[in-house]
Amino acid sequence: MAQIRIDNLRKEFGAFTAVQSSTFTIEDGEFFMLLGPSGCGKTTTLRMMAGLELPTGGQIYIDNEEVGQKPASQRDIAFVFQMFALYPHMNVRKNISYPLISQGTPRAKVREKVAEVVKILKIEELLDRPVGGLSGGDRQRVALGRAIVREPKAFFMDEPLGALDAEFREHMAEELRALHDRMGATTVYVTHDQLEAMQMGDKIVVMNHGVVEQFGVPQKIYDWPATKFVAQFIGSPPMNFLDFDGTVERGATGVCLGNADFTVPEQLQSHQGKLSLGVRPEHVKLSDAAPYRGEILAKEYLGTTQIITLATANGSLKARISSADPATVGETVGIELDARKLSLFDATSGRALLSTANKETLQNG
Amino acid sequence: MSFSVTQPTSRQKWFAGILVIGYALLTILPLLWIIATGFKSPSDAIAYPPKVVFEPTLEGYVNLFTTRTRLSPEALSEAGAPQTWYDRIVRQYGMVISGPSRYGERFLNSVIIGFGSTFLSIFLGTLAAYGFSRFRVPLKDDLMFFILSTRMMPPIAVAIPIFLMFRQLGLSDTHLGMILLYTAVNLSLSVWLLKGFIDEIPIEYEEAALIDGYTRFQAFYKVVLPQAATGIASTAIFCLIFSWNEYAFAVLLTSGTAQTAPPFIPTIIGVGKDWPAVAAGATLFLVPVMVFTVLLRKHLLRGITFGAVRK
Repeated sequence: MAQIRIDNLRKEFGAFTAVQSSTFTIEDGEFFMLLGPSGCGKTTTLRMMAGLELPTGGQIYIDNEEVGQKPASQRDIAFVFQMFALYPHMNVRKNISYPLISQGTPRAKVREKVAEVVKILKIEELLDRPVGGLSGGDRQRVALGRAIVREPKAFFMDEPLGALDAEFREHMAEELRALHDRMGATTVYVTHDQLEAMQMGDKIVVMNHGVVEQFGVPQKIYDWPATKFVAQFIGSPPMNFLDFDGTVERGATGVCLGNADFTVPEQLQSHQGKLSLGVRPEHVKLSDAAPYRGEILAKEYLGTTQIITLATANGSLKARISSADPATVGETVGIELDARKLSLFDATSGRALLSTANKETLQNG
Repeated sequence: MSFSVTQPTSRQKWFAGILVIGYALLTILPLLWIIATGFKSPSDAIAYPPKVVFEPTLEGYVNLFTTRTRLSPEALSEAGAPQTWYDRIVRQYGMVISGPSRYGERFLNSVIIGFGSTFLSIFLGTLAAYGFSRFRVPLKDDLMFFILSTRMMPPIAVAIPIFLMFRQLGLSDTHLGMILLYTAVNLSLSVWLLKGFIDEIPIEYEEAALIDGYTRFQAFYKVVLPQAATGIASTAIFCLIFSWNEYAFAVLLTSGTAQTAPPFIPTIIGVGKDWPAVAAGATLFLVPVMVFTVLLRKHLLRGITFGAVRK
């Protein structure tokens, strides 16, 4: 098991830059998520870590050893592909034992290890079946078996649940997480599904256009996004932005939107110009007394909660409130925001302004 | 009875069956004629109207494999009674067997040259196709087009330059020369066909093998090749059929040591109008390609990658 360190990693395909100077560290035993929309460079980053692509620049350290230019076979890692990539001309047993055979493991030892792995994955009865006839979930288990049988330094998974049905995905996600907890192996997992990332990951890196936008534990990223992109990519519905022109002074504890003042965490940066006030839907409250007004455009019933879409002078706003609270479409209501949970963004660069609340998260990330 | 779009009625099935059988008979008729002629006596072979029912004899096959000498009646009686069944057949015509014919050698030449060039075409073709399929090759499309363009004119159009080149290089009438020539002709077909097949194999298989600790060559050998078996088998059949049946270059470039069967078979006719021997030679000549095709048939039909990758 190993720590993985990525230092200024770059990848260019001709004129196109897929990954721009990424730097982050994956601690030993972590379940680490590489999250981002398609084409953001997350898979390229993972493939460089695995040795399936050679980096254009920068270093990759696995267990304090620089492996950037080494072939995949010398990195002692395992890879689980989205398409499983089981060898179709071999049965389940052969597929699982293949990595051991390449290392010249003695026959008896191979048998023993394979038996152990299929027991963990509960696929003993599939051992002598060809892989062609297996269900998606079983194929995924065989692919995992092939990965864990060698006890590599790290597991790399490229959207391993992407090819499964929605209902089975949930189940496999739990199984994967449980397997990780049991083995304690460093795992790097690529996904475009923010829910999956938050649900399974110890830490998340959010990437966009080849750039690492933010890096940290799921809750911190959710609460204190470093950029508007992260704020919108994570959370469903995403964070709301109320856009306004104004000035924020260093030390300010409030902003003024039209006729209403909102208290915000103490600001550590001054900024003048276009600003966005970011607020998660669950931190919006409807209150008749509040001076800031909005008209209810729509409501979506979700069981315990409902999502209310409001039109305000600074743009539309979604609020997550209890289903028990009354809301009528067309009505104009007062809006209150939870002062402890607000972020201010420079609307031009998209970066969050530093405050006492998000300082710790942003400076570590 | 209700009408079904997918289930043919029994009348439709009969009609389709008759059509297929009729067409099969039509195409197989010349083949049957050749095979039958091989077992006819020379007089039956040229009988008019043609004999469909005849007394089978191995005369054609005996004549195919032997050279014979006509003896005077006195010399014949001196030679004593015929020892073997093929001696007896020859004696009816007042002849004795004086030695083996060259058919065996020519047949062997065909085997060496046909299978040799097929092997070489597949070997080079697979490596080239793999390279073109998997790696970033500068000017890839232009190179692929160039390879295809070598087949845009009939190969025989360059017969004279090839004849002169072969004479200069000492390749005329050699096995190596013919193998190289047929490989050159087949290679563009094999590269193009195999590239198509290899393109279909998901690259993840090799990547999985690379990560599992195999080298690039091992990944190619242990994972890609078994996957490409279907494609390799069908390409091999095409290559073999071409080099096995090739006539024009064989006539032009071979005369002795490396002569293949196609230019040899017509020379059997000689002066005796020995059609049964010619037909026997042609019949035997069909066998290797038929066997090869039947052996590889399994690979032609099997979709071994079915279901292994979810698309």
